[in-house]
Amino acid sequence: MHQSILAFRKHRYLWLALLVTALCVTAYWIDDPQEPANGGTVLGYTLGTLGALLILWLAWYGVRKRRYASTAGTVQGWLSAHVYLGAALPVIVLLHSGFQFGYNVHTLAFVLMSLVVASGLFGVYVYLKYPQRLSENRGGANRSALIDELEDVDERSKRIASKLPPEFQELVSSGIGRLQLGESMWQRLRGRDLSQVLLKRGNDYAVVANPGQEAALDWLADQQAKCREPATAAVIGELSALLRNKRRLLKPLAEDLRLQALLEVWLCAHIPLTAALLAALLVHILSVFVYW
Amino acid sequence: MSLDLVIVGGGPAGLSAAAHANQLGLNWLLLEASPAHANTIQRYQKGKHVMAEPALVPLRSDLPFTAGTREAVLGSWEQGVTPFGARMRYSSEVVSIAGMKPAFTLTLSGGETVSAASVVLAIGLQGNPRKLGAPGEDAAFVQYTLDDPEEYRGETIVVVGAGDAAIENAIALSRNNTVIVVNRRDEFARAKEGNLAQISRAIEAGTIKCFFNSGVASIDHAGAVVLNTETGQTRVACNRLIARLGAIPPRSFVEACGIRFPSDDPTTLPELTGQYESNVPGLYVIGALGGYPLIKQAMNQGYEVAEFIAGREILPADHGILEQKFRSLPFRLGVDETLALIRERAPLFADVNGLVLRELVLASELLMPVQGDVIFRKNDYTNSFMTIVEGEVDVETDDGRQIRLSQGQFFGEMSLLSGRRRAATVRAAAPCVILESPRREIIRLMNSYEAVRRSIDEHFIVRTLRAGLTPDAPQEELRAIAATAEQLSFKPGDVLFNEGDDADGLHLIRSGSVSVSRRIGGRDIVTSYVAAGNYVGEMGLVGQARRSATVRATVATDSIFLKADVFMKMLERNLGLRERVQETVRERLSENLRMEAQPEAGDLISFLMQQGLGEATDVLLIDETLCIGCDNCEKACAETHGGTSRLDRAAGPSYAHVHVPTSCRHCEDPHCMKDCPPDAIRRAPNGEVYVQDSCIGCGNCERNCPYGVIQMASRKEEAPNLLLWMLTGRGPGPGERQPLADDREGKKAVKCDMCKDLSGGPACVRACPTGAALRISPSEFVKLSKRAG
Repeated sequence: MHQSILAFRKHRYLWLALLVTALCVTAYWIDDPQEPANGGTVLGYTLGTLGALLILWLAWYGVRKRRYASTAGTVQGWLSAHVYLGAALPVIVLLHSGFQFGYNVHTLAFVLMSLVVASGLFGVYVYLKYPQRLSENRGGANRSALIDELEDVDERSKRIASKLPPEFQELVSSGIGRLQLGESMWQRLRGRDLSQVLLKRGNDYAVVANPGQEAALDWLADQQAKCREPATAAVIGELSALLRNKRRLLKPLAEDLRLQALLEVWLCAHIPLTAALLAALLVHILSVFVYW
Repeated sequence: MSLDLVIVGGGPAGLSAAAHANQLGLNWLLLEASPAHANTIQRYQKGKHVMAEPALVPLRSDLPFTAGTREAVLGSWEQGVTPFGARMRYSSEVVSIAGMKPAFTLTLSGGETVSAASVVLAIGLQGNPRKLGAPGEDAAFVQYTLDDPEEYRGETIVVVGAGDAAIENAIALSRNNTVIVVNRRDEFARAKEGNLAQISRAIEAGTIKCFFNSGVASIDHAGAVVLNTETGQTRVACNRLIARLGAIPPRSFVEACGIRFPSDDPTTLPELTGQYESNVPGLYVIGALGGYPLIKQAMNQGYEVAEFIAGREILPADHGILEQKFRSLPFRLGVDETLALIRERAPLFADVNGLVLRELVLASELLMPVQGDVIFRKNDYTNSFMTIVEGEVDVETDDGRQIRLSQGQFFGEMSLLSGRRRAATVRAAAPCVILESPRREIIRLMNSYEAVRRSIDEHFIVRTLRAGLTPDAPQEELRAIAATAEQLSFKPGDVLFNEGDDADGLHLIRSGSVSVSRRIGGRDIVTSYVAAGNYVGEMGLVGQARRSATVRATVATDSIFLKADVFMKMLERNLGLRERVQETVRERLSENLRMEAQPEAGDLISFLMQQGLGEATDVLLIDETLCIGCDNCEKACAETHGGTSRLDRAAGPSYAHVHVPTSCRHCEDPHCMKDCPPDAIRRAPNGEVYVQDSCIGCGNCERNCPYGVIQMASRKEEAPNLLLWMLTGRGPGPGERQPLADDREGKKAVKCDMCKDLSGGPACVRACPTGAALRISPSEFVKLSKRAG
């Protein structure tokens, strides 16, 4: 029923990409120009034109993806073709260049293209690999359900803390206010919990790192051990149980943010590099015509 | 003072009756229970756009009425009735009406009585809020409605009641006030799950205090309420007491006036003459109470009823429309004669009240197909009901036979009852005149007239049996079996029968659907899913003594139960029939065996059924092993539908990597269509349930949808040019358009229409880059689940 982008329509675009590649290689093989193979021969221009058109078409995917009423195929079909033909692009461009490189704008365009293709291949890798992990990590729930549950735990913690001295209320409210999970893309990718909490030590409050609520739990354990009133100790125990619950929820949440970030981060390279490639490509083509 | 008439109720119908009675010089009085006119419309949200449907019918009233804001409509009426002065009496609740023409006695809640020759009942369907029933129940700080919880701040408010209205009020008020809830029981048993969770949390958190097992003993006018609690009486001082104890439906009051209803069904309308007169001479019923919920219709009736009471003849406002409708018919008769002809030719309508039949014909289309024309095709999603007024049609069955139906017979009842696709193609066999009636009108008729229901059900049974199990059985024998049939209703999760029970008969699934499961290795394994229009329990008919599986309703399900002994006698008489039934049984057994080998597949089906997908016809499922969470499906939905997405991808549960997002599943018998005043929710021939532009924004469908897939949304700003946006980033991106600030039309219901107006199919599926989104019908669940297994 469901079908991945690679398997789309019995690998239709894989076959197309292989065919195009094979034709180009064969042409390069057969071609016997008077000068060494380069972008200036007839075949060189042909392959260059093909490559440039292919780049424009590949970039057009960004437009097609957002043309929601378009009936020109499905976005999945486009992506499948984008992946396979994009992977074939370096071959075409290499043949176009006749394997000639230098410190110039032409090679810059080639390098940018290679980076775009490489980032794209990484994208294919994460698209195939991470969705299943994301799904398994959530275990049938969804992110907003996890967040709702977390908020519920926070509310209950506040209520219980209100029965205890002010330092406990400070612990809970600072723990909520200073929760830092996935604020930036980088933080999300590293899956790091940069949360902090205000703890009373002696007569002063100190800001302490609180990854996974560990600092808060340790402090509570300490307080519970020192407490001499059984009733209060029981309430501290309740609060501790809630924070342990919170710790249990934060883990899949951080992992969810991390995996989702992995699914998106490569675009931060792929898209700007594409823009740079288009600019370099334009300069490459113009300069060839100017210095003809 | 001797009055010609008293109008009870100051809504659109009553006001219009008053205005015209005044115009005709009648001696009249209007009694309205609430302190202002048009109480229901007063309670609309501020600035709400009021529609003037149906557009076809002209307005006939001395009061103005055009579509506009709530304020404009109310203002124009207020201006219209101000000159009537003391004839308009507000805060005057009528508690009883006794007598008949020309001597009625109306008693008001204060004990005062009023006498009149005629009475017009125009009290609508809202009913009066149930009162506290304790001394002081009408104290100044006691109220029975709450319009805007934001109005109150810093008060101590006691909320009495345990239903959804009470809970919603209490929670909204608790943001800015101290709220105390009084609940007669020890739990909130009647509340919706979401509300229950919220109030439980609030009580646990202490943000709302609740007295359980408590009631109001008395109310102290100084601003306190005395409660009977578990531990004795307590006095609670408060600024305000809000009682939300539900409404008393007006029916019992109406019956107490002597008016008869044709059946006990709560949706039944009272029996009325063509002049809106009930069985009590001189007592008239108009407006929503008489079955006309739209403002314009109600106002027209107000006008007409005043004419009738003044002894004048007037053609109904719809006369012209019917005349137009009948013009092209071959009969060349007047309006009343044509209606009489339809009644005479269609035995189904023989006992139907004239006004009801007129309304039915008005809402129906008259089709005139010539020989060979297709009236509907097999697998169409239409669910209208066809009555042959003239001519003959052929029903084409699966095995290529044709069943001829002639003048007076009806067809289309299978889809009508089950909500499923058409079971057969029907063609005209001669030039015909066919009355095509909308589903809701026929359902209403069935609820009002037992004879209509019985006749339609009987045909349904006979035709279902002939379509599947016993195609060759003689019609008469099947009819005899149908006569012994029993109608049963099941709630979701109810068991039709258990594995190991006596196999005493067959269930035809009339509407809804069921799952079949077997207990294997200590757990239930679902082996199949059976939809409406099919049957379960047929194994009992071929000599099996015990049920071999458990059958449960997946959604609210009606079945028709046929006893085994009656059926088996028929099988004994018809040998071929017996073989055919055995063949069906064998096929089903082998499919069940296949499923039993894959318990995971059964688990996935159970999960999908728990999501209410048993009543779905087309559902969006997401494969989580492919979904990258880009939300392009939501953006596609928004951008192809004026900026508002009709689906929420991330919401909803998952099982075995299959995710059921919050998105319309186009139910067989859509809950949203049940109570739409302008009938704006329609089902297209391909099954799409969509909202028409005539939506008045009442929000009924949003509340009625159990799956939360309908939202009330304002129109959104225009989208910028895509290329320009991609280059400059100016303006809202896909899926980011903001609501228009000055939307005069107000919020309207929006829901998935399966992109029926787009070529290429649903945009959500076509826009999914990885192929994770898929729309399928429940019949494909088994195929899907095998992949999981």
